[in-house]
Amino acid sequence: MKKFVKFIFSGLAVVFTGSVKYYLWLGLLLSMMLAGAYGYSVQLREGLVVTGMHDHVSWGIYISNFIFFVGVASGGVMLVIPAYIMKDRDFLNVVLIGEALAVAALIMALLFVLDDLGVVSRFWHMLPVIGFFHFPQSMLTWDVLVLNGYLVLNLAIPAYILYCRYQGKEPVKKIYVPFVFLSVFWAFGIHLVTAFLLVGAPDKSFWSSAILGPRFLASAFTAGPALTIIVFSLIRKNSVFKISDDTIHKLSLILMFAAYANLIMLFSEIFKEFYWSSEHSAHARYLYFGLDGHHAVTPFIWSAVVSNVLATVLISFRSLRENHAVLVPACLVLFIAIWVEKGLGLVIPGFIPSSLGEIVEYLPTWVETLVTVGIIGFGLFILTALLKVFIHVETGAISSSGGTSALAAEMDMAINKRLKI
Amino acid sequence: MKEGLEKNTESCCADMVLKKKGSRRGALAALLGGAATAAASTAGAALATEEERELKRIKRNEFFQKYYRAMTEEERAATVARFERKTKLETGMDVQIDSTSARPGVLFGYAFNISKCEGSRECVAACVQENNQDRTSNMQYIKLFEMEGDMGSVHGGDSEYSHETPVDGKYYLGTQCFHCENPPCTKACPTGATWKEADGIVVVDYNWCIGCRYCEAACPYFARRFNWKEPEVPAEEINPNQHYLGNRMRTKGVMEKCTFCIQRTRKGLSPACVEACPTGARVFGNLLDPDSEIRWILAHKKVFRLKEDLGAEPKFWYYAD
Repeated sequence: MKKFVKFIFSGLAVVFTGSVKYYLWLGLLLSMMLAGAYGYSVQLREGLVVTGMHDHVSWGIYISNFIFFVGVASGGVMLVIPAYIMKDRDFLNVVLIGEALAVAALIMALLFVLDDLGVVSRFWHMLPVIGFFHFPQSMLTWDVLVLNGYLVLNLAIPAYILYCRYQGKEPVKKIYVPFVFLSVFWAFGIHLVTAFLLVGAPDKSFWSSAILGPRFLASAFTAGPALTIIVFSLIRKNSVFKISDDTIHKLSLILMFAAYANLIMLFSEIFKEFYWSSEHSAHARYLYFGLDGHHAVTPFIWSAVVSNVLATVLISFRSLRENHAVLVPACLVLFIAIWVEKGLGLVIPGFIPSSLGEIVEYLPTWVETLVTVGIIGFGLFILTALLKVFIHVETGAISSSGGTSALAAEMDMAINKRLKI
Repeated sequence: MKEGLEKNTESCCADMVLKKKGSRRGALAALLGGAATAAASTAGAALATEEERELKRIKRNEFFQKYYRAMTEEERAATVARFERKTKLETGMDVQIDSTSARPGVLFGYAFNISKCEGSRECVAACVQENNQDRTSNMQYIKLFEMEGDMGSVHGGDSEYSHETPVDGKYYLGTQCFHCENPPCTKACPTGATWKEADGIVVVDYNWCIGCRYCEAACPYFARRFNWKEPEVPAEEINPNQHYLGNRMRTKGVMEKCTFCIQRTRKGLSPACVEACPTGARVFGNLLDPDSEIRWILAHKKVFRLKEDLGAEPKFWYYAD
C-alpha cells in the first residue's frame, strides 16, 4: 500500500515537472479550464437559458460532444484488440496510450452530460441505491452503467500494468487478461448504448435508424485511431519513447478500413433520406440543403462530408498513408470532420423540424462554447498527465527502486536526463 | 387589501434580489472556494433575518428530499407543508397545496372539436393563469395550429399567428400533453421523476427531476416544457389553489407540462382550458364512466388521434361535427 502511494506521488511529481514548453502547454490547458469554469459559473447562476438551446432544440453541443467523445473512448479498442487478443508486439508497446485516450475521452463525455443537467446538484437521483435508478427502461441509466464501468476498467487495467512495471515485475496475465476481454465487449457496449439512447426516441425519425449503432462504431473506430496517430506523432516528436513506423502504419491501415465502413454507412443513410424523400426526411433536407430558408448547419455538414471523403481518399494510397507529413494532417481532418458530422450534424437536425413540424434553429452561444473549451482543456490535461506517467514508467525514469520518493526538484533532474521534454 | 398587495410585491422583489445574490454566491463558491464565500457571507449575515434563515433551512432540507413516490403518507404531508411555507416565504402568498391521489374508477380523457374551435387562444391564457407558468419566458402548454388542408398531421400548420380569428377557409387544431396510456417520456426518464398516475395523468416530481431533458426528446407531441431560467410569476397573479404534482411553483432547471389541471380535475372540476373555451370545442371527462360526454363522443363521432402509428396511445381525440 505504501508503495502504491509512493507510485501515485512520483506520478504526480512527473505530471507537474517539465520543460518550459511543457509548462506553456499546461498554462494553455489551465486557461482553457478557467474560461470553461467562468462560462459554467454563468450557466449555474442564470440557468440553461444562456445556452442556445430551447424547447424545440433541447439538446445542443453538450450532448453532441458527449456522443462524439463516447465514440473516441470506444475507439481505443482498436489498439486493445490487436495488442491483447492478437498479441501484436508493436501494439502491445503502445496499447496503454490507447487506454489513456479512452480514459480522457470518457471523463470528457461524462462532464458533457453533467454540464447539460438543469439541476446538477441532483445528479445523485439517477444513481442506484441512493437515488431511483429507472433501469432497465431508461436508456440513460444504461449509459450511466456502461460509461462508469468502462472508466473503471480503463483505469484499473493500465494502473495494474504500470504499477507492476514500476516495481520491476511482469504483470500477471491471469489477473488482467479476463478484464481486457471484458473491456473489449464493453467498448462496443458504450457506443451502442449511446446510439440506442437516440434510436429509442420514438418520433425522432432522423435518429430512428437501425444502422445508427453500427455507424456510431464505424465513426468511432475512425476518430479514435485518427486521434491516436496524432498523439503518437506528438510523442515521437517530444519524448524519447519509441513508437515504430510499423506501429503507425498498421494503425493507419485499420483507420483506412474504418473510414471506408463509416462512409458506406453515411451514404446508405443519405440514399434512404433522398431517393424517396418523405415527410420523415425533412431533417436530412434541413441538414444538407436547409428548410424554408433556414440553413444554419448546412455549411458545417458540407465541409465535414467533403473533408471526410477527401481525407479518406488520401489515406487510401499507401505512399501517402505512410508519409507522416500527409497522414497526420489527414488524421486531423478526419477527426474534426467526424466531430462535426456526428456531433452537431446528428443531434441538432434531429430536432429540426420539431415533432409538431415547426422550425426553430439552434446555434451555440459563447457560454456553451466556453464550457466546451473548458472540458476539452480538462480532457487534454488528463491525457497529458496519463501519458507523461506512462512514458516515465515505460522508459524507467521512475521506478520503485530508483529512489523516487524524491522531491519534485530531484525528479526534474532525472527526467531531464532521460527525456527531452 | 391594496396595502397587502403592495407589501407582497415588495417582499417578492427583495426575495428575488436575495435569491439572485445567493445563487451567484453559490456558483462562485463552487468554483473558487473559501475566500470569496467568506467575504460574501459576512456581507450577507447583516441582512439575514429569521425568515431568511428559515428559508435557507427549508432549501437545505429540500436538497435531501426523497422521491415523492417513495415517501410515506406522513412524509408526503410534511413535504407539502414545508413547500407551502417555502412559497409563503418566497412570494408572500398563502397557497393551499393539495396532494390528493387518483380516485378509483377514473381515467381521464380529452376530445377536441375541430369544427368548433375558432382559434381565440382563450384556453392558452386560462392555462397560463391557472398553472402558474413562467411569465417572463411566455411558457405555454397549449399550442393552437392554424391549418388548411389535411387533418391528421400538424405539419405545415402555423402556431405563431397573430391576426384576428377565425380566418375563412382555415381551421384550428389544439395540442397539449395528450397523457398517453403508453407514454414515451416516462419510459425515457432516468430517475423516474415523471410517471403516469392511476387516473392516467402524466405528472412530474419537480423536486426529483434533474433536468436532463431526455423526456422532452422522447415526447412525440412536443408537450413538455423546460425551465431554462428561474420562472417568475408576479405574486398577485399566483393561483393559490395548487396541487403538489401540478401547478405549485417550479424552479429553474426542471421539466413541467400540462397535468390536465390535476388541482381541479381531482376535485371533479374541468380543466381551465375546457372552462375558458368560448365555443365548447373542448370536452373532458372520465373514460370509465359510460354516461360521460367524452364516451358519447367516442361512440358517436368519427375521431382520430395524432401519430397513432407510434403506439403511444394518447388519450386525446380530435373530431368534427
